[in-house]
Amino acid sequence: MIDQEVRTPTPRTGGARAARGRRALTIGLGVFAALIALRLITGETDITSSGTISATLGLAVPIGMAAMGGLWSERSGVVNIGLEGMMVFGTWGAAFAAYFSGSPWLGLLGGIIAGAVGGLLHAVATVTFGVDHIVSGVAINILAPGVTRYLSDLLFTHETGGGATQSPPLPDFPTWSVPGVGGPLGDLEKHHWFLISDLAGMVRGLLTNLSPVTLIAAALIPISFFLLWRTAFGLRLRSCGENPLAAESLGVKVYTMKYAAVVISGAFAGVGGTFLAMVASSNYQEGQVNGRGFIGLAAMIFGNWRPGGVAAGAGLFGYTDALQLRGGAGAVHAMLLLLGVGLLALAVWHGYQRRMVTAAVSAVVAVGLLAWFFLTDELPREIVTYSPHITTLLVLAFAAQRLRMPVADGLRYRRGGGH
Amino acid sequence: MISNLLAKSYARTAVAALVALVFAIVVTSIVLSASGFNPPSTFQAMFSFGKQPDSVVNTVNRAATYYLSALAVAIGFRMNLFNIGVDGQYRLAAMLAAAAGGAWALPAGLHQLVIILVAAVVGGAWAGIAAILKVTRGVSEVISTIMLNFIGTGVIAFLLSPDRLAVKVAGSNNIGTKPISSSGRVPGISYPGSDLQIYGLVFLAVLAGLGFWFMINRTRFGFDLRATGLSQSAAVASGVDAKRMVVIAMVLSGAVAGLVGMPQLLGGSYSYSLDFPTGIGFTGIGIALLGRNNPVGIAFASLLWAFLDQSSQILEFNDIPKEIVAITQAAVLLSVVVVYEIVNRVGRRVDQRRVAAQLGEVAA
Repeated sequence: MIDQEVRTPTPRTGGARAARGRRALTIGLGVFAALIALRLITGETDITSSGTISATLGLAVPIGMAAMGGLWSERSGVVNIGLEGMMVFGTWGAAFAAYFSGSPWLGLLGGIIAGAVGGLLHAVATVTFGVDHIVSGVAINILAPGVTRYLSDLLFTHETGGGATQSPPLPDFPTWSVPGVGGPLGDLEKHHWFLISDLAGMVRGLLTNLSPVTLIAAALIPISFFLLWRTAFGLRLRSCGENPLAAESLGVKVYTMKYAAVVISGAFAGVGGTFLAMVASSNYQEGQVNGRGFIGLAAMIFGNWRPGGVAAGAGLFGYTDALQLRGGAGAVHAMLLLLGVGLLALAVWHGYQRRMVTAAVSAVVAVGLLAWFFLTDELPREIVTYSPHITTLLVLAFAAQRLRMPVADGLRYRRGGGH
Repeated sequence: MISNLLAKSYARTAVAALVALVFAIVVTSIVLSASGFNPPSTFQAMFSFGKQPDSVVNTVNRAATYYLSALAVAIGFRMNLFNIGVDGQYRLAAMLAAAAGGAWALPAGLHQLVIILVAAVVGGAWAGIAAILKVTRGVSEVISTIMLNFIGTGVIAFLLSPDRLAVKVAGSNNIGTKPISSSGRVPGISYPGSDLQIYGLVFLAVLAGLGFWFMINRTRFGFDLRATGLSQSAAVASGVDAKRMVVIAMVLSGAVAGLVGMPQLLGGSYSYSLDFPTGIGFTGIGIALLGRNNPVGIAFASLLWAFLDQSSQILEFNDIPKEIVAITQAAVLLSVVVVYEIVNRVGRRVDQRRVAAQLGEVAA
């Protein structure tokens, strides 16, 4: 441990923060420009339509909540593969509470509690009993569908429209729009003018027909950042994920912190589950979560265990999902071009940096993608359905390099184990 | 007494499994009572249905499939490698093997061998993607194998269409690969009192179990595998190539996963159609954990699991949701990992005390 690389912490000055903000803005504008260019070249209007953007927002929420759940848990040093199962608990808890109370808001509360109970289970197993984090998470993922199926069979089958695999229709959340935006922007968008229509589509997608759960989810990201990086509680919690023994020696109650983090993590998954059951669809259905908890974990890794990055990751996965759902095989086919050009640029960059093997691999893949784009008109529908999952793999393969996870993430910790 | 018992590692495993089983029965009883059912009569009904000859045959057949799946998972687990992708690996392997077996006409003996080989190669290759991503790009195999499960489902849906590898199954809306001709089938074994047959390839599971035991305990590779699992840094220091180990273990795990569908494919369904069983890969994870990644332990665990699945069929007739066994299974699973952790900790303390006592004698 002595010869480990010692990094001097960069002082967190206003300048550094502004630089990071500028970089984020540049990346954002770059992506926007690339999408507009892609729409013009391929003529796939769904690439920047308000429908796609609004669907992106909708699909990014559950992934983003799972990712934030993962972030809370892993910042305290507990790997949470059980997010998938906790989301399943969340979908069911939301349906149960909403249906039997008639209130969507109690549904949200039910979803959060159900998710948090899943988190508590994970905390008991990993923190108190020191069970391997992955093993416990996998067990929760096996447990959740069994429990919810049993409970549905018991509670939903006798209700009209309900059954062993689904709940009856649930009460709706109200939807909110920023007044006076939808109409004029909608007109602008229809013309498909360069830049103006694209911008109108995106703004319209972001400002109209919003569910309160979406807004709550969006607010939870800066709130999490504030709690974790600007409060004493957050500092203590993160110290448990970096060096629990040092934290312990300073008087931090490591077990309590880990418990709090993992239960909060489950609650986030519960918010995501509620969204799936009550906003993205009108009732609880078995298999609704469909791997989103795992995609959330990938979004968290992509986001380098930081809230801003996590939000970007969730947006990316939400966008690919929205595109395949709305634009279908054609719009995803257009993405091949973007991906191919992007990879080609990456290959040139790697070559310039004298990393020849990486450059060669990137170049070969890029040429393959471009050839695929130009030789075909469409991608097979069956495979396009899984484009978020393929994106996850590609993103992890090409981006999982300069990341820094919490140092003690996933390691077993026993109180007083330092001597 | 107890301290002597806990000194043996297999005894620790057995104690943990027993305590977990009791705990699971208690949890199940509580859930049943809370839902207004009578636990003893429920267990009674399950037991008397489960010991009928037809149920025994089905249980053995299921258990063989589960056993292979759990074995595949266990190979990874033994070196702290989490192959969550057994599910996708066995489905893709079974589909392509079925397509190959249906398309090629080969003499009996060779035909079965080729089908099984295709399955193992496909399973290994699909797992190999995750292995390569891990060693070259540092992608966690947990995430990548899960994603490959989904992508595998897409690939199967793409290939299993009438324009490509599938044909319509006569007399239904189902589609599947071309049925394997009789030269490629494996005859079953009759069981007294039942019209059903035990899959001939149950022996494949037994063989795989023996091979696993031999590889883990009697070969250099197995030693390296266990060493890497216990302490990667120590293994690397003693000259183990950790990356190579990851690739070999993952591909091997995938190859065994490829065999999961074989008993049913060659012994019962002869074609991969839309109703081929899914989800066995996830069951395998649970069983591997329950059996502590030990070939004998996994055998008991898969029989228990298969028995629960089979005997739960009767519950529908008594208006009890048969998913109650999913709760039993999950409770066994979660409690076995917790109990094992506790038993192990107590056992370690016992070991330390004994060693300390022996050293004290020497010093005195």
